[in-house]
Amino acid sequence: MNDMVRIQLQVNGANVEGTVEPRLTLADFLREHLDLTGTHLGCEHGVCGACTVLLNGDSVRACLMFAVQVDGADVVTVEGLAPEGALTDLQANFRRHHALQCGFCTPGMLTTAHAFLRECPCPSREEVREAISGNLCRCTGYIPIVDAILATAEARNDGGAQGAGEPK
Amino acid sequence: MKPPRFDYEAPASLEEALQRLRESGDDARVLAGGQSLIPALNLRLANPGRLLDLRRITSLRGIRRLPSGALAAGAMTRHADFERDPLMQRHLPIVPAVMRRVAHPQIRNRGTIGGSLAHADPAAEWPALCMALDATIVVASASAERRIPAAEFPLGVYTTALRPGELIREIEFPAWPATRRWGFEEVSRRLGDFAITGAMCTLDIDANQRCTAARCVIFAASERPQLVAAAAELVGGPVTEDAVARVAKAARHSISPLSDHHASAEYRLELVETMTARVLKQAAAMAAPTQESIR
Repeated sequence: MNDMVRIQLQVNGANVEGTVEPRLTLADFLREHLDLTGTHLGCEHGVCGACTVLLNGDSVRACLMFAVQVDGADVVTVEGLAPEGALTDLQANFRRHHALQCGFCTPGMLTTAHAFLRECPCPSREEVREAISGNLCRCTGYIPIVDAILATAEARNDGGAQGAGEPK
Repeated sequence: MKPPRFDYEAPASLEEALQRLRESGDDARVLAGGQSLIPALNLRLANPGRLLDLRRITSLRGIRRLPSGALAAGAMTRHADFERDPLMQRHLPIVPAVMRRVAHPQIRNRGTIGGSLAHADPAAEWPALCMALDATIVVASASAERRIPAAEFPLGVYTTALRPGELIREIEFPAWPATRRWGFEEVSRRLGDFAITGAMCTLDIDANQRCTAARCVIFAASERPQLVAAAAELVGGPVTEDAVARVAKAARHSISPLSDHHASAEYRLELVETMTARVLKQAAAMAAPTQESIR
């Protein structure tokens, strides 16, 4: 029982290898093995959304996956949204609109919103609310977060910073 | 919390998975999308010796149309796939609409139809939706295959007609007639939460406004989704407000709801009547799909 398994995957554009116990979640693999502590762990049973990452482009809960399951996959964490270190347009709008206070939910909000805006580039306010319904925030009351996401969509649609900070 | 220790295997084929499942007996759990099983492991509510992950079995994924016009979906097809699939949008429009109320986008990107049916949460949408669509659950074991009507699949809370050594292979949805309309409602405390009570229905209404078939399912109210038998009373005439009210009242009397920390049984009874009436009215008011739109 409990043999270690070798995995190989892409994380934020880089090839990564690891030897993991099957019960190690993707979230713990990212945090403990790769030191990518931007992925936060709140509830560890899929309710809070703080651990949201992108798996082959889709937003998923890193606490509801095992690292062994992402063998061969492409994972992007919040660190990978801005590989050059500068804020993306979405992140800059989070700051501009006061969409973060304690910051705990922010990585999950950003990865969720990032994937959402790719799929739905011209969202209504209602669609944004629905898109972040799986991410709990206990500080902001969500309104500034919705504003930041909408502002990003509007700026991109006006020919603004389209694609800035796309993961490489 | 962190999950307990387990053996992990990801068989490459269905045959291999079924063989391993047979050998493992009660000690193994099948891992599909993991959106219910992994929380149960993290909370230490489940403690299997072995996990058989179906992720590598590509034959279990995808939606196709059969020559009969029925649609078939592999057990590992994700909720998000149903939401976006053009075949579903065109031929079974109720499915993408219901999928948008299954948990949250992140969960829909991982969770699967087979996993949801096998888990048999009474508040989940899939068991009820399969019942409403009169779907057939195709289950396989190392030695045989069985076809189980969706209405006979959930037996109770987290309990199904699956036998040891069996897993869900595919779900078949009968063709959707041109005259069919639908309704769906659920009440939950927050968008994406499990329903406190929900209802869905299909009504076939001909050119003379006569109802020729009716199917209504209540879910999240009792231990398993339930067909509303009284919906049959709508067949043969127009769907009037009075007829809807009679069916809704009958639905209320046909169900013994559960009380839990989300809602009392009394509140659920109110919801059963209200939701039944609402979905039937929704369906009746829906513009009939044109022959063209469902071809």
